[in-house]
This record gives sequence, structure tokens and C-alpha cells, in this order.
Amino acid sequence: MKNTISHRVADFLKNFPPFNLLNKSDLLTLSEQITIIYKEKGNPVFLENDSPHGHFYVVYKGAIALKKSNEKSMMDLCDEGDIFGLRPLMASENYKMEAKAQEESILYAIPIDIFKPYAQQNNEVGDYLIASFASNTRNPYSINHRGKLYEEVLEPVAPHTPLMDLQSVQYSKKLITCTEDTPVKKVAEKMTENKVGAMLILRNKLPIGIITDRDLRNNIVTGKYPITIEASKIMVSPVTTFKKNITITQAQMAMMKSNISHLCITKDGTSDTKAIGILSKHDIMVAMGNNPAVLIKAITRAKKIKNIKRIRKSIDHLLTGYLEQNIPMTLTSKIITELNDACIKRIIAISLKEMPSKPPVKFTWLSLGSQGRSEQLLQTDQDNAILFENVPEEELEETTDYFLKLAKIINKGLFDIGYEYCPAEMMASNPNWCHSLDEWKTKVSEWITNPGADEVLLSSIFFDYNVTYGDVGLADKLSDHIFETTQNYPIFYLHLASGALQNPSPTGFFRQMLLEADGEHKDTFDLKRRALMPLTDAARVLILSHSVKFVNNTFERFEKLAELEPNNEETFLACSYATKALLKFRTKQGLMHNDSGRYIAIEQLSKEERIKLKRTFKTIKDIQELISVRFKVSNLMR
Amino acid sequence: MINIFRRKPVQYPKFWEDYAQSFEQKLPTDLNEIRFVVLDTETTGFDYIHDRILSIGALTLQNKMIEVSRNLELYLEQDHHNADSIKIHGILKSEAIYRISEEDALQQLLAYLQNAVIIAHHAVFDLNMINKALERNGLPKLKNPAIDTSNLYKHTLLTTNLVKKKDHYSLDELADKFDISKKDRHTAMGDAYITAIAFLKIKSRLKEKDSLKLKDLLKMG
Repeated sequence: MKNTISHRVADFLKNFPPFNLLNKSDLLTLSEQITIIYKEKGNPVFLENDSPHGHFYVVYKGAIALKKSNEKSMMDLCDEGDIFGLRPLMASENYKMEAKAQEESILYAIPIDIFKPYAQQNNEVGDYLIASFASNTRNPYSINHRGKLYEEVLEPVAPHTPLMDLQSVQYSKKLITCTEDTPVKKVAEKMTENKVGAMLILRNKLPIGIITDRDLRNNIVTGKYPITIEASKIMVSPVTTFKKNITITQAQMAMMKSNISHLCITKDGTSDTKAIGILSKHDIMVAMGNNPAVLIKAITRAKKIKNIKRIRKSIDHLLTGYLEQNIPMTLTSKIITELNDACIKRIIAISLKEMPSKPPVKFTWLSLGSQGRSEQLLQTDQDNAILFENVPEEELEETTDYFLKLAKIINKGLFDIGYEYCPAEMMASNPNWCHSLDEWKTKVSEWITNPGADEVLLSSIFFDYNVTYGDVGLADKLSDHIFETTQNYPIFYLHLASGALQNPSPTGFFRQMLLEADGEHKDTFDLKRRALMPLTDAARVLILSHSVKFVNNTFERFEKLAELEPNNEETFLACSYATKALLKFRTKQGLMHNDSGRYIAIEQLSKEERIKLKRTFKTIKDIQELISVRFKVSNLMR
Repeated sequence: MINIFRRKPVQYPKFWEDYAQSFEQKLPTDLNEIRFVVLDTETTGFDYIHDRILSIGALTLQNKMIEVSRNLELYLEQDHHNADSIKIHGILKSEAIYRISEEDALQQLLAYLQNAVIIAHHAVFDLNMINKALERNGLPKLKNPAIDTSNLYKHTLLTTNLVKKKDHYSLDELADKFDISKKDRHTAMGDAYITAIAFLKIKSRLKEKDSLKLKDLLKMG
């Protein structure tokens, strides 16, 4: 009988080892017997000490975290195509780790009875499994464990492992090469095009020399040689070569010794065999761990969205580290925002390449809401819009279509790296959020001149926009228009201010914290709505009334306000401090629970944390009073 | 003498009686134990009277799992054909694929369905098509409760003036929204699979998900 789904499963599996080693009909037979399993985020697949299931698992979509229940750190994160839960089945022992869905996931469960014969009959499959059992743990000593198929090898995956000197470095396998008679100009062009800092000179596939940025600077830019000269004249020769399993320490030593920045990896480690890769100082930095500069570089070099997704995980790691080390929130938020922005920019650049033609006119990608305010340290959902240059009316439809198409690709890209779609559909791919400058002007004028509840809500999200990509001038023009219009309609401030006072109060009459009464988050404290939003809303209306452009971040807005109104300095600085404290609180909670950190279970907080939290409430009350008085929000309007 | 009071009740074939009998068993209260059958039909068109079912794809969803070996994929012999719909589902009348009669297909479908809860995208259409086929074969309508993923999806959307809810959401829209691959789209089995994954993802996004009961799902979908 025809089975469409098993073909679909086989089609996926054939891309991943060891299934790529099976022949087509075996793979199909195997695929007919699998079970497709859906796991919600946070649901376990198996727990530590569970007796082995009849299946092992392949991640089809999502990610599965493996960890020991008594340890905090994750052992491994299984991505699309990764196998887990096989070793205990082969060894018929209980699971030694728990497996939980880190994200919403779809798994393929493969019955061990059906699979085992293949592993035994097919040597390649068996070898692969032995090797992967050993290396899956990312253990630098794994080589010693080869062959011990039935043994559990466990080492936590720590990105800043102290065993650096034993770890081998990932080198770039993509070789950018030329021959000795290539003109230097061509060499430089090729290096720029490929974004590399060094070019290998080959003769009969063997490395005979290398040209780096430094050689070009020293020999060409100084005028020592003309730009038309052959590569062989300025190349450094011979090349320092190494075998591929070079460790971090070895590489560092070699570079220091000869004062060079690149090593050539060859087949047997000598310059008499084929070059297979190049190892740069940059690769060593990447291997040594997380560093914002390295991550930024990695992002700008990423060619596929999949690569960015991986880098995103490092960013979260960096964030955890910063919070643990109590790095000031201002700095943390700056760095993380920079990195997040770089990811979004890169996705837009990749998406632009997917379009059949270049954008017809200039455009700006606006990040809205918390992203626009640079307060989105954790990935939550995406809010964005497109603003493009005015076009003649007859071209408007076509132009809008182009940008809607582009936005659809970008929104999907952002989704793929972990930004959920906006539930209220405030995304550039929604025709309501993709307009020309004039259309936007008309739209915001409508909001400002007829401020109903919806309009106030829309403006409070939209007015925090920040240029993530594209032409800043366009956004500048729109901001000018917003300030002009609001000054002509001061009633708008009143509405915005009363909107800012409508958030539910954090404390009740007896100064107890108010918890959510029902729904999915019953008995938790809504940190976003009851504490952060009142501050954010207050900062927005105040900064707008001062017509200050491009200060979006709430705590920076309060600092700016303190500067503008020295008589209220104390209140504003307290607000800035409270915002930072709450943001940090939310981020920490979010990282701890792998969610947005919005809802907090009060009973799980320490006494100190509770006091800290409560202290911010006083500040919230103060700022709300200030707004109420300043904008004369009568009790009626509240 | 003819006794008018002793009119014999209509005799249905055994496979129908078996099917009907399965409903005597009560459904489990735990949602994870309930057997859902996600199905989709490809037809010659959208007319309930003239158009016919060309294929049925059905899979069993229980405890958030789909066992691929338990799928049901049926291709039917039909005389009626519609050139327009072939472009969509790609099932040509003469294509070399194992086909069975409508009656055989219904017999297999009923044996597969039993008292399961049916899930389908725009369920009314598929159920009407199947019920019409049953009627042509002298059988009553399906007895299974059914959930429509198009309706259920609407309950995951925010209730706000800012988002205009549509009356219908296509399977393509759901697939895009939930990042489900559209491979095998417009084959009965492929669509049933997309519907199944969409159903799971919708269910996890419903606000009431922890206290959700079957009757809530039936009401919403």
C-alpha cells in the first residue's frame, strides 16, 4: 500500500548519518515503522533512570536538551537531524540523562528492533555509531573511547572549557586560493569578495605561500610594489603547515612563534600534501569561547539562517554569563541588543538576496515595541514594520507588493532563529504595517487626531520604532511629522498619559502583591503588565512631549528626562534604576525557565528578591502621580 | 396474512453493524487516551451531488503520537472526473495506482474509524463527501464526533480590535503560521498530516490547555 508519510520521513532521514548510509529500500522499510511524536516546549521525552523505551529518537523539528537532573548545565542540545536516546537501548540499561523539549519539537521515534539489524549488518553504520557515541559528548578525550560502543561517556558541554589546550580547533574548510602568477589586485579583490583575511597560493594543489591583509598593506599600500605585480613576489613562503587535529594551544604557540595570523592545514601536516583548510586567529577566538566581537563577526559572515540560529544560542549563553557576573544592566543590554540587531540585519541582508530584484526604492526596517526600545534581551515575539520612500501613485501597489514579499521572507527568517510571530500580527508582512512615508504620515496623523483606545495602543507600540536596517532619513522624516502633529494636538498627550495609567496596579490596598486571578498564569505576578509597562508608558509620553528623537530605551529615556528636568531628577533616576532592575529580573527569570520571564511565581522568589521587587513599586506610584498631575488626567478619564 | 407491525428493520451489512457497535464503548476522559483520526479527502470537485471522492488519507493520533505504519491511504475507482481538479491533486484517472471500489473504501474507512474522534480541516466538506458516498451505498451517516481545525485555530487568535479574524483559514495559512512543511500538499495523506501537526500546535496554544476536555474541543472546533 502506498504510504506518503513514510516517504516523507525517509526523505528527511536520508540527509543525516547514519541513515544516509542505508540503501533506499532499507530506509523506506525503516521509515514505515516509525512513530511521529509531538512535544510541547518543556515536556520530557524520557527522564533519568527511566527504563529504556522501544525506540530511539531523531529530532525532526525543534531542539531537545539532554541533562543530568542533579546538574544545572546542559549536557547536549540536539538539533534537527540529531539522534538521541540510542546508547541506553544498545546497552540495555536505563537512561542516564533526562531529555526535555527545549523548544516545541517534532521527533521521529525509530524502533530499536527494526534498526538494530542494520547497525549489525552494515559496518559503516556500526562504525558511525561507535564514533558518534564517543564524540557526541563533545569530549576532547573522545578518541580514547573509540570502540567502546556500550559505555556511557559523559562530560558537560561547557563553552569555556578549561581543557582548552587539548581541544582541537575548527578550521575553515572553504579554501580561497590562487596561483603564483595571479596579479595582487585580483588577490585583494577575491579576498574582499570572500570576506577572508588571507589567501593561499597553490602550485599543483600544494601550498607554496600565503598572502594576508598585512602583506598587502606592507608591500602594496606602502608603494613598495605596484598593484599589478604577481602574487609570488609578495607572498610569505614557505607556509606554516599543520595536521588537522591541531589543538588551540598548539595553534596559538605556532602563531606566536612566527608572528603570523594564519596556519595552513594540510593532509599530513607537511607542505608536501594537499591543503585542506586554513586556520586563522579568528577561528581560535571562536573556539576559545564567547566574545561579542567574535560573535558579531560570525553573524556578518553567516550565509545561512541556520548558522545564525546557532549563534543566537551563544548570545543567550553570553547573556547568562553577564547576568551571573552582575555586569551593569546598561552595558549588558547594549551588547545584547547590538548582537540581536546584527542578527536581524543579517537576516534582512540574506532575505534581500532571495528576492528576484533589488528594492525599487529606499526603505527602512523598523523594529517596534520592546525590540525598538532595545529592551528585548530574551527572544520573545517580533514586532516590526516597513517604511519605504514615496512613489507615484500608479507604482504604489507594485512597490507595496515587493516589500510585502520581502517582509514575508524576513518574518519567516526571524521566526526560524526563534522570534515567534506577533500574535497581534504587527509585522511588516501584514499590509497594515508596510507603507510608504506619506501613507505612514496619514496613518499616524489619524491616530494622533482621533485617539481612541485602539489608536493609543497602536501608537504606544509604533512610536517606539527604531531603525534596524535601511535608510535612517526616512524614519527621521516620520519622527519630525509625529512631533509636529502631536504639538498641534496636545490632547493626544492626555490620552497617551491616561493610557499609561491604565495598567493594573502592582499592589493591592494592603500593599500586598497582586497576582493573576485566573487563566493560564493563575497565581503568578505579571511583571510586564504590572511593573514594566507603567514605566515604559510613562517614559514614552514624557519623552514625546519633549520631542526627543531616537532615545528609545526606557531607562535611557528616564536619564534624558532627568537631564531635561533637573527639578524631577530624583524621580526620573529612580525610574531608570527601577526599569533596569525589573528588566534584569525578567531576563533572569526568563533564562531560568526558558520562557519570556513575564509571569513570576512569587513563592519561588527569595526574600531579598521580593523586597527588591516591591521597592520598585513605590517608584511606579510616584511616576504615575507625576504624569497624572502634569497631563491633568482627571479621574473621569481613568 | 401480512402483519404490518412486523416490518423488518433495515438490515445493514456486517461492517456497518461492527462500526455502529464500537460506539457503545464510552470515550476515555483523558484527552491523551482518546483516539483521534485525522483525515482528508481529495475529490473531483466541490459539488456534494456530482463530485466523487478520489482518495482518502487518514492517520491515528493518540497521546500526541502518530504511528506511520497505522496510516490509511485509499485510492478509489471513480467514473466521474473533472479536468480542473486534476491540476490540484494530480490524481489522474488512469494513473497506475492500486484502486478499490467506493464500497470497499467505505468498508475499510469505517473499520479504521471505529468510534474515534475525527479531525479535519474544513471538516464539514470531508464529512459531507463521505456521508454522500455512504448514502449512495445505502448506508446511514457517520456517527463520529468531529473537530474542525479551521474553527479551532480561531480560538488561538487574540481577541482584539486590532486583528480582524477571517471566517476561514486555509490549510496553507496554518502551515505557514506553524512552520509545517507543505510537502505533499494536495494529496489526501499529505494534507491529513499537516492537519494533524496543526491540530497539536493549536491545542498547545489554547489558553485553557491544561484543563481542556474533549467537549471543549468539540465546542470550539
